[in-house]
Amino acid sequence: MDYEVVIGCEVHVELKTKTKIFCNCPTDFGGEPNTHVCPVCLGLPGTLPVLNKKVLEYAIKAGLAMNCEIAHFSKFDRKNYFYPDLTKAYQISQFDLPICKHGYIDIETSEGARRIGITRIHMEEDAGKLVHQGATITTSAGSLADYNRAGVPLIEIVSEPDMRSAEDVLAFLTNLKAIIEYTGVSDARMEQGSLRCDVNLSLRPVGQKEFGTRAEIKNLNSFRAVERVIKYEIERQTDILEDGGKVVQETRTWDDGKGMTFSLRSKEDSDEYRYFPDPDLTPIVVTDAYIEELRASLPEMPQVKRQRMIEEDGLPEYDAGVITASKALVDFYDGVRAHYTDAKKISNWIMVELLAKVNADGIDLSEVKIQPEQMAALLKLVDSGEISGKIAKKVFSEMFATGKDPDTIIKEQGLVQISDEGALKNMVAAVVEANPKSVEDYKAGKKKAMGFLVGQIMKESKGQANPAVINKLLTEKLDSM
Amino acid sequence: MISKDVVEKVAKLSRLDLDEAEITLYAEQLSQILDTMAGLQQIDTEGVAPLAHVLPIENVLREDEVGECFTQEKVLANAPEQSEGMFQVPKIV
Repeated sequence: MDYEVVIGCEVHVELKTKTKIFCNCPTDFGGEPNTHVCPVCLGLPGTLPVLNKKVLEYAIKAGLAMNCEIAHFSKFDRKNYFYPDLTKAYQISQFDLPICKHGYIDIETSEGARRIGITRIHMEEDAGKLVHQGATITTSAGSLADYNRAGVPLIEIVSEPDMRSAEDVLAFLTNLKAIIEYTGVSDARMEQGSLRCDVNLSLRPVGQKEFGTRAEIKNLNSFRAVERVIKYEIERQTDILEDGGKVVQETRTWDDGKGMTFSLRSKEDSDEYRYFPDPDLTPIVVTDAYIEELRASLPEMPQVKRQRMIEEDGLPEYDAGVITASKALVDFYDGVRAHYTDAKKISNWIMVELLAKVNADGIDLSEVKIQPEQMAALLKLVDSGEISGKIAKKVFSEMFATGKDPDTIIKEQGLVQISDEGALKNMVAAVVEANPKSVEDYKAGKKKAMGFLVGQIMKESKGQANPAVINKLLTEKLDSM
Repeated sequence: MISKDVVEKVAKLSRLDLDEAEITLYAEQLSQILDTMAGLQQIDTEGVAPLAHVLPIENVLREDEVGECFTQEKVLANAPEQSEGMFQVPKIV
């Protein structure tokens, strides 16, 4: 039987506030265990949580950026469950009155444009970190709890089950991550856990309206893991259904090393969480004026920017897509563009040289040392003929490593392109003299020999000779022989 | 009427270890409580918004400014067991 894949995502995004959601402990990543905690985030009796103003602002901004309706009246609820990553035996979250709902994110797929619905976005506190003693959670002897992360503000973005393939999900996550980056409410870095994705996946026979039973897969900390888990779960669930079995509604965990998912616990229905309004926190009332003030403060979103880069800058769709997927790349691109006009050249350098180096070094774009003005200066040096394209790549490497100005690097390493005919003439003469065979071949009509001789001269000049001048001089020399 | 099954389920969710006599007793008592509460269902609540908070207050917010934390030593002072600066807890799953 043919099955249709149905996928929805729950994405947790850590907000980039200075302090936790309900107390004034810092949110800094790292730090000695249990040093960013206080009686409030430890859930000690008698303490009272108070909502961080910035969390509300950021949640609304994220909602507006994802085309959501913002609730004028919202409240916090307690989600009750026993697990030692929480000290209170409940997590403060939002149940029936989330701050944002009914939004969407548009994606581009190989089958055209699609709109993925956002059911809701709510605010909640993060849980602490458990270190399991032993190889895996199921074989561990016990666990150690560090509550530095407990109370760090999160927004949970819940999508509609509108995705049908791994490609859809990756496009959705890429756009979601970019939107979050643009709004500046989070770093949205998956490998650091500031963006975490749970995937809900089920299968149904093609043509059936009702959804099948779904499994929820947690612990996905990279785009690659998301892609692999979807592939794996489709196979796992297909096998179960083909064998006449039933998919169990449960929470599964992804083991990246083994490339498999494992059952973690049976999925609790929401009534098992026994949600009720948290009496410690007051309801939140948001005015239209405040919502509009935040809407006006939002920067241009990736989709709009992408369209503008295609229409106004004349970039190919692919280039515009790659660059707008990251706020850091867009900022870099815009920065270079302010000093240099050829958009396609900028995009080539970003996509080929810059991204290759960033990926090879495994660094984040925010750590790139090259300033946009320096990049523009480098491109101008190539255009003016002061350095060749080949030397430019060498200079770029040095700029990437040190953050120095291209001019400084060229001076320090004596990389200026040699266009002076006097100096090059001697080099041409020497190479011609040293390679009589090639000269003979050229005279015999083998034009390829010309290329070999140019290569030898370039080598002799350590890549600094101006190829156009070399071509001219060499042709003259050979024709005069 | 609250069945024994419901009592057992709620007890499990609350990590309460109840014996047979307690389950029977609580099933009866919880049923009585729900019957009493059912009286409230008779009241016409048309046009009355669900209560989100008992006090007429809203938007109690704080500025995003870092304050003092406890020291690790103080945090762990009451922990029955600790290791490497963390709370030691029993096997979970």
